[in-house]
Amino acid sequence: MAALRATADDAPQGGRPRRRLGNRGLALLGILVAVLAPFVDASDYALSVMTSALVFVMLAAGLNIVVGYCGLLDLGYAAFFAIGAYTSGILATRLHWPLLATVPVVIAAAVLAGIVIGGPTLRLRSDYLAIVTLGFGEIIRITATNLSITGGPSGIYGIPGLDVFGIDLSGPVGFYYACVVIVALAVLAAARLGRSRIGRAWRFVREDEDAAEAMGIHTYKVKLAAYIAGAIWGGLAGILFGAQLTAISPQSFTFLQSALILMAVVLGGMGSTPGIVVGAVFVSVLPELLRGAADYRFFLFGVLLIVVMIFRPQGVWPSRAAERLSGRGRAGTSEDPEGAVQ
Amino acid sequence: MSQLIWNGLFVGSFYALVALGYSMVYGIIKLLNFAHGDIYMLGAFTGFAVLTLGGGLVSSLGFLALLVVLVVAMLATGVFGLVLEQVAYRPLRNAPRLSVLITAVGASFAIEYGMRLVAGPNPQVYPVRLGGQAVEVLGARLTLQQVGLVVIAVVLMAGLQWLVMGTSTGRAMRAISMDPKASLYMGINVNKVISRTFFLGSALAGAAGVMAGAYYGKIDFLMGFIIGLKAFTAAVIGGIGNIKGAMLGGLALGMLESFGTAWLGGQWRDVFAFGFLILFLTVRPTGILGERVTERV
Repeated sequence: MAALRATADDAPQGGRPRRRLGNRGLALLGILVAVLAPFVDASDYALSVMTSALVFVMLAAGLNIVVGYCGLLDLGYAAFFAIGAYTSGILATRLHWPLLATVPVVIAAAVLAGIVIGGPTLRLRSDYLAIVTLGFGEIIRITATNLSITGGPSGIYGIPGLDVFGIDLSGPVGFYYACVVIVALAVLAAARLGRSRIGRAWRFVREDEDAAEAMGIHTYKVKLAAYIAGAIWGGLAGILFGAQLTAISPQSFTFLQSALILMAVVLGGMGSTPGIVVGAVFVSVLPELLRGAADYRFFLFGVLLIVVMIFRPQGVWPSRAAERLSGRGRAGTSEDPEGAVQ
Repeated sequence: MSQLIWNGLFVGSFYALVALGYSMVYGIIKLLNFAHGDIYMLGAFTGFAVLTLGGGLVSSLGFLALLVVLVVAMLATGVFGLVLEQVAYRPLRNAPRLSVLITAVGASFAIEYGMRLVAGPNPQVYPVRLGGQAVEVLGARLTLQQVGLVVIAVVLMAGLQWLVMGTSTGRAMRAISMDPKASLYMGINVNKVISRTFFLGSALAGAAGVMAGAYYGKIDFLMGFIIGLKAFTAAVIGGIGNIKGAMLGGLALGMLESFGTAWLGGQWRDVFAFGFLILFLTVRPTGILGERVTERV
């Protein structure tokens, strides 16, 4: 269910359309919207906004594995995005590899980074992870700014477009459709992972870590797996990002970026695939619609995060498990109109 | 060499002041208050506002005026911390930990960009600059004002130590950090004590903000982000939840950075500090003085 782009407006109706359409229907609808969108407006500007939204959806899907499924707060998610973009960018510009060939290297680099950061911190209280990832995000950004192989503050430019087995997909339209396919697969894979055996283990760990441990789940391994999966999604999104912009610089990978991805996941509904897709499209397209209010935007985002957590922690389009999570010891769920519908 | 030690002590005393608030709040309600660094920023801006309003009168008084401004800023940030706790954190006292963490991130965002709306995106120049005449002591160049700032920091920390160890509020705070429920049964007004903790921690951060503003001369709305991370690192190095640990951790981090900078170059300073955080969590997650930090049932 990639790219549910136009459904941002339908979101407040929440659970009901899902009952009628089912997950498969929603996914097809989303893909249909994404495929047809260029027929409405195919200007370069519109295509670039839509492509960015798709990359953002992929990032949100990856972060959703970590935050939504497993309940671990990652505040440096942009670091994996940066690792992916830089690894593929360096290989493509210095060694002239085709982008497709950089994929395995990017996955390896993301997994390695996930182990280095997740390994020591996931043994501790889960809130340590939040702040360590925050520090990790800064480490990656500063390192990219200071090293010469990453091009210093000005970054890398001249990253080639996507080229799949001789088919050139570097034009805006071709790349957009390539992104639709890739992101749809990525979102689908994340959702399937969430419903698999390990996905159930993730939710269990999120709900009650001690009980999960008692039931024989190796919580440390399971958490590390979630963290690494998130890292891979982030790294792959980084390749798309580099291919789209042809240039990357450390300014694209600040804490702000990590916070915006988190915002998309939280607003949309942690653990809910349609929710995070809608959330990601909303967060990435909103600045284009509200150019004038740029100053207020981040302030409002911050306030919105607090308000959502206090009054509607399950997000605008909750998954059912997330509702249960938030229902624990909280008023406010009863005042929510959707709760009544369901 | 002694210059490096002095620089480390000087920066470390700022870190320690901010780390104290982090550590106290964590110790008492197990909350990582991401907005803590931004309260430091608020302190710097409050001081800036007071100094600007006071105009020439204040700036001519120099160091003494700074003390007055310091007290005003501490009160303002203290009250702000108290309000923040009531508005954002108290409704989520019993919520899952993830919700509270996300709320804290939201609070940090709202404070940063709220201040950007008020004061604009550009750095502001502090009206009082503590340049001062440098004196040479044991091969290190230091100014009287630097010494003054360190003395203020030490006095504040000593005051806090007395408050926590010597007063009934302090005893209540220590009790809550051990067992909030039992404290409630023993007749401690838990909410009130938590409010006070937020007030104290925020006031200390505000003081550090004013001092940093006066010393570095420039403030901006994102200045609290890195210092918040550093303060957390300091708190972890010392042992989070432990007041002496936070002081020690702040000084240790200041030293490490000072030597790290001399060794690797200034642009790697933050990488060095956060690398140390990760290393510390791997090797000794309890910090120098801390106790067990792994999840307890």
